[in-house]
Amino acid sequence: MTSFRHETLGSKIDRSKVIKFEFDGRIVSGFEGDTIASALLANGVRLVGRSFKYHRPRGVWGMGSEEPNALVDVLIDGKSTPNLKATTIKAREGMVVRSVNVSPSAAKDRYRFMDLFNRFIPAGFYYKTFMALGWDRWEPMIRKMAGLGRIDANNQPPVDSPQINAECDVLVIGTGPAGLAAAKAAAEGGQKVWLIDEAQDLGGSLRWRGGTIDGKDWPEYAALSKEAVLKAGGKILLDTTLWGAFDQHMFAAWQRFTSSPDLHWRIRAKKTILAAGAIERPLWFANNDLPGVMSAEAAMHYLVCYGIVPGTDILIGTANDLTYPIAQAFGNAGVNVTLIDQRQSGPELQGVRHAYGVKLTSAEGHNGVTGATVDGEYVSTDAILVSGGYTPTVHLWCQSGGKLDWQPEIDGLVPRPGTSDMIVVGAANGTYALNAALKEGHAAGGGRGRAPKSVLKQNPAIEPVRPDPDLKGRQWIDMQNDVTLKDVSLAASEGFQSVEHLKRYTTLGMATDQGRTSNFAGLAAMSAITGKSIPETGTTTYRPPFQPVPLVTISGRRRGDLFNPLKRLVLEDAHRSEGARFREYGGWLRPSVYGVGDETTLAQEEAMIARSNVGIFDASPLGKLEVIGPKAGELLDFTGYVRMSTLKPGRARYGFMLAESGIVYDDGVVLRLDENRFIVSASSSHVDGVRWKLEDGRQDRLGGKGVYIHDMTSAWTTLTVTGPKASELIAGAGIELPALTHMSVSETKFEGRPLRIARISFTGDKSFELSVPSLHAENLRNRLSGALAQFGGKWIGLEAVMIMRAEKGYILIGKDTDGLTMPHDLGWAGPREKRTDEYIGKRSLFTPEGKSNTRKQLVGFETLDNNPLVTGSHLVPVDGDRRSLGYVTSSYFSNTLKRPIALGLLENGTGRIGQVIGCFNNGEIRMAKVIGPCALDPEGVRLNG
Amino acid sequence: MQHYSALSLLKHGISSHKRWQSAWRKATPKKAYEAIIIGGGGHGLATAYYLAKNHGITNVAVLERGWIGGGNTGRNTTVIRSNYFYPESVALYDLALRLYENLSTELNYNVMLSQRGMLIGAHTPMQMEICQRIANAMQLNGVDGELMSAEEAAKRVPLYNSNENARYKLMGGIWQGRAGIARHDAVAWGYARAASDLGVDIIEGCEVTDILSKNGQVAGVETNLGEIRSDTIGIAAAGATPGLTGMLGVDLPIHTYALQAFVSEPVKPCLDTVLLALGTGTYVSQSDKGELVFGGGLDRVPTHGQKGNLPVQEEVISGLLEMFPAFGQLKLLRQWGGVVDVVPDSSPIIGPIGPEGLFINCGWGTGGFKAIPAGGWLLAHLLATGEHHDISRPFDLKRFAEGRLIDEAAGSGIAH
Amino acid sequence: MQAFTCPFCGHRDETEFHFVVEAGKPRPEPSEEVSDEKWAAYLHMGKAPKGEAREIWLHITCGLYFLMTRDTVTRDILSSECLLEASE
Repeated sequence: MTSFRHETLGSKIDRSKVIKFEFDGRIVSGFEGDTIASALLANGVRLVGRSFKYHRPRGVWGMGSEEPNALVDVLIDGKSTPNLKATTIKAREGMVVRSVNVSPSAAKDRYRFMDLFNRFIPAGFYYKTFMALGWDRWEPMIRKMAGLGRIDANNQPPVDSPQINAECDVLVIGTGPAGLAAAKAAAEGGQKVWLIDEAQDLGGSLRWRGGTIDGKDWPEYAALSKEAVLKAGGKILLDTTLWGAFDQHMFAAWQRFTSSPDLHWRIRAKKTILAAGAIERPLWFANNDLPGVMSAEAAMHYLVCYGIVPGTDILIGTANDLTYPIAQAFGNAGVNVTLIDQRQSGPELQGVRHAYGVKLTSAEGHNGVTGATVDGEYVSTDAILVSGGYTPTVHLWCQSGGKLDWQPEIDGLVPRPGTSDMIVVGAANGTYALNAALKEGHAAGGGRGRAPKSVLKQNPAIEPVRPDPDLKGRQWIDMQNDVTLKDVSLAASEGFQSVEHLKRYTTLGMATDQGRTSNFAGLAAMSAITGKSIPETGTTTYRPPFQPVPLVTISGRRRGDLFNPLKRLVLEDAHRSEGARFREYGGWLRPSVYGVGDETTLAQEEAMIARSNVGIFDASPLGKLEVIGPKAGELLDFTGYVRMSTLKPGRARYGFMLAESGIVYDDGVVLRLDENRFIVSASSSHVDGVRWKLEDGRQDRLGGKGVYIHDMTSAWTTLTVTGPKASELIAGAGIELPALTHMSVSETKFEGRPLRIARISFTGDKSFELSVPSLHAENLRNRLSGALAQFGGKWIGLEAVMIMRAEKGYILIGKDTDGLTMPHDLGWAGPREKRTDEYIGKRSLFTPEGKSNTRKQLVGFETLDNNPLVTGSHLVPVDGDRRSLGYVTSSYFSNTLKRPIALGLLENGTGRIGQVIGCFNNGEIRMAKVIGPCALDPEGVRLNG
Repeated sequence: MQHYSALSLLKHGISSHKRWQSAWRKATPKKAYEAIIIGGGGHGLATAYYLAKNHGITNVAVLERGWIGGGNTGRNTTVIRSNYFYPESVALYDLALRLYENLSTELNYNVMLSQRGMLIGAHTPMQMEICQRIANAMQLNGVDGELMSAEEAAKRVPLYNSNENARYKLMGGIWQGRAGIARHDAVAWGYARAASDLGVDIIEGCEVTDILSKNGQVAGVETNLGEIRSDTIGIAAAGATPGLTGMLGVDLPIHTYALQAFVSEPVKPCLDTVLLALGTGTYVSQSDKGELVFGGGLDRVPTHGQKGNLPVQEEVISGLLEMFPAFGQLKLLRQWGGVVDVVPDSSPIIGPIGPEGLFINCGWGTGGFKAIPAGGWLLAHLLATGEHHDISRPFDLKRFAEGRLIDEAAGSGIAH
Repeated sequence: MQAFTCPFCGHRDETEFHFVVEAGKPRPEPSEEVSDEKWAAYLHMGKAPKGEAREIWLHITCGLYFLMTRDTVTRDILSSECLLEASE
């Protein structure tokens, strides 16, 4: 026989609402409130899965996240999610539930023959074989058989999980009696308490064990606790798993909802009380993994909450007092149950058959329990409920750095006081008696006066239970990963005796139940085999997450545009209306070209127009760092390679910022507006870096006095007008243009607002950078744009600018420099040779490497045919020696010069000018001539026009 | 050493696997050895093996303060590759890859090397140019590197985000076919078993508390199990190295940071290659058990605690889902942290240090697992001959004073 | 996540901070008198202390470079000090 629904019991189910769903091809009906597991049990479905390696039949073991067997893929609303625990998922109408890792179903799994070969595939067998023919040969087959659930390629879960930061005075984890008492006490003391529980209701184990507190039934006490918490401004989070303890009292929690997205909490708590309870241990006997063998505690949970009776002829095995109320509850419900206790005596039982001094030695049955042996003698039974004791749930204590001590009285590891500032109370602290748990909770919450009391004065006795290596048959230690006691013995004999080695060798404790029911067993088994005590054997490290947490919850909305968000131009909409196409450049979204069609063709056309008439591009992302004060020049002299204190007001100078390692960190033009005001420009992707280097110099070198640094990059919009007709366009737009020579700057006004005009060129043509506060950018843009047609001009994008600057040999940091490039590699040797004062990076320029004559230097290339070189080609000697001498860093076809141009870094480049060099790309070598970097107008005629 | 094979499994199966010997001898330390290796991780154990195998020096002790392979060797994301930029780096990592290719057979221990290839994925034209540069660097150095197109890349990782609103559209990238993954614990255990069989003493639970030297020559170590003498000592202790060289007053260019790694619950095969996306900085592969193993950048807070924090977790996981939206169906099953010893140029430090007879192999940062066989081979060479192997010479500590950094991140343009 | 203490702004999340360098390394000057080894030691060498560490950190939000003493094993913050002198 098998499990069934009791006529009347079931506090969580609504018998008036029937729910139908499909499991492994058959229709199952349950009630609103059922979990998938409880509904299956109610329908007598015991075989709910197959084990990972041996494909043995498996049934529901537990009631929550400790469940090792009942793993399912669930299809609902057209989307399938793998590896859910049937014990934690509410049944819903129309669900299609499938057991994992079986084919075609759990009942008829075609791999069930694997168990016949079990003696040839023990733990770690794959380390000992699969070597001949290579692992690659066997791997595909192994991979197909491994893995539990299946990813549904069509299911892209929505990106909608909110994430909230929160603070509280006291965080209480767990709402069993100890947690309720702690929360109530703290709240009554005026503390803002956050009370959290994984379950959907308050009460912890009180929900099925019941109890009276302060003379009232426990739900009343729970309600008082809840009221106190809310009144003091606290919060209660149910169906919430607190899964991680992080540094400085930060905790992560996952709150589940049914009709809205799950939520990720980051909670910082001043004080934390852990009342997370304890998890029941299995008993170990042959075939202890058969469907029908269940945790006694879970069975009582199912009886009281869902009205599930696991069988018609139930056997309960135990060695502790705490199982007795469970047996009593089954007896009172009219169920046929027999309790056997390994000990010689136990608490009172009314009307329940029981026997002492005997223990389970095996479970018997084919696809489920049909019998058992007790001390070797066969008894008929169809459900075996077991209790091997309890393991305090100390995970979060250990995650926060706390250590554990062995407590023989409860046969478990409990928190060692003083090793973490968390307070642990109740069963999590090894305190299983209700009264004592209430007292601990009350004290932890800072409760004044009398602690809440219960009538029950139990001090439960627990006798240690250990796996017996001499028992015949296979005893399961980790059910999900199919690890038996024989595997532990094998690991021990092969030298894998430390707990971590045992775990990794056998994979014990590494399944999705995270060792809830197996870690202690493994520890105890190894301890028994090696003769070391449990504390000597050790304990595995506890790390987040306490329970598997959905990845979508942790990632939240940090996706798509919100992942590493790109910076956007103030004038983006205006550019779009001009037909701009956008791409990511240096962390910004910027126009690449304007118009429809092939990008390269468009870029070439834009460059042509800009060179022959005029073009405008948005240069706003270029950094604008104001350096202000009497010490500004001094600061720039120290932080820069080229001295700026000698720059005259109204003038501009090109310079570099080096790192202390001597490499070129950034290049750019510095403007001097007046005696005490400079503007340092920075490459758009390096603005923050330059700003922090300046700030470092300001604080460390100058004591923070005499100079301030202000990042104005976003606050100002810069439009660059470039080309032979640049001045005409600006004048034609009605903007008064001061007389400026190349490399000078002037501050003026545009429509009564500040306008800064700098005559600087990145294109090699006459060029003016017009900067206004971003609020007025539209006006400037409209004015300039309106005049374009008259001068045959055009908006141009970055691709065109890239071509033009390359024609001039102007570098792009990070593209034409490789991060080992020093300024003298780029032809800027002057300051290195001449400066006697200190500046950042100076000493590094004179290390043996800095002085080497085989350094890679910036050069240009002329191809021997008319095809551009491939960027990324490596430069190689012409004699065929396959040695890299450098690489091509920029390469374009120049319409202006009517030939390809290229730049690159070449070993002893300047010494090779005029020579031919090989360019290696994907196995082919082309030849090119080494020339200087500047291909167009080296005298600068166009600049100074 | 009992030979491992399918046949031996069969035979032992019949006798219920009661006759397997310990994989390595649990030795007690002698008073002196010809060479001592401090650190029983992959690199230390490989060093011991190659000292015995290549140089015939078997009177060797490996001292491990915890349990072997318990540091970074047991905590990494198991990727093996040699897709590097500088010829020195390629020589180093490809030596390791070539040794890995034959390792299972040589050690008679299945390290489960799966050469399923690795793609470094680009999402901008400029990144593709960098990828071309690296692919060419690899080819010039005799290693299998190629630039992969967007179409081919999409076939390799069919579940990669191809939505319109994808933040990082895959344009292709660098492909190395010989790259892949291996079972990290097996590498440590395989080397331990083979070294032990050749006579090396592996001593767990042995912590070095002082390094002894006299007249500029190293003399031995002080440990919690007593003094052990040797005039040849190699340190392969990753983040613990500065603490050890500090005993001799020697500083190293090392910062220690936590590197986190993550594992999802196991699912049926859904990712057949290793992927690192330049945009997200997240890398991922699927273990043979079916778990997705992934990671990303460092927690840039100097630490010796093997633990990271939420900001990096959230970023790495977001990166993974941005690359593979379907993986949003999965849950985080395990996460852990290791302490990685990071050097300014992201290249290791191999060579002599301090007194005569003392050598270090450290600074592998986030990339030590792939290099284990090479690290062992090269440190063994130093311990046996006192001289650099050609491949380790460029990585000597001297390079910092010379200003000759082998800066992979700078050279390749990829943050390392 | 961790929370660090800026001397100006107080307790803030770790995402607002950036680790700069181990404290206690004055820049050797003048360059002409500094050997290659000494310069390399300044640029790169450190102690990577296990336990108490004195470090220079940057609080990105307010731009202050300051000295923080932390325990690198437990990750406790021991102290935070401003390095600038107070203005008159």
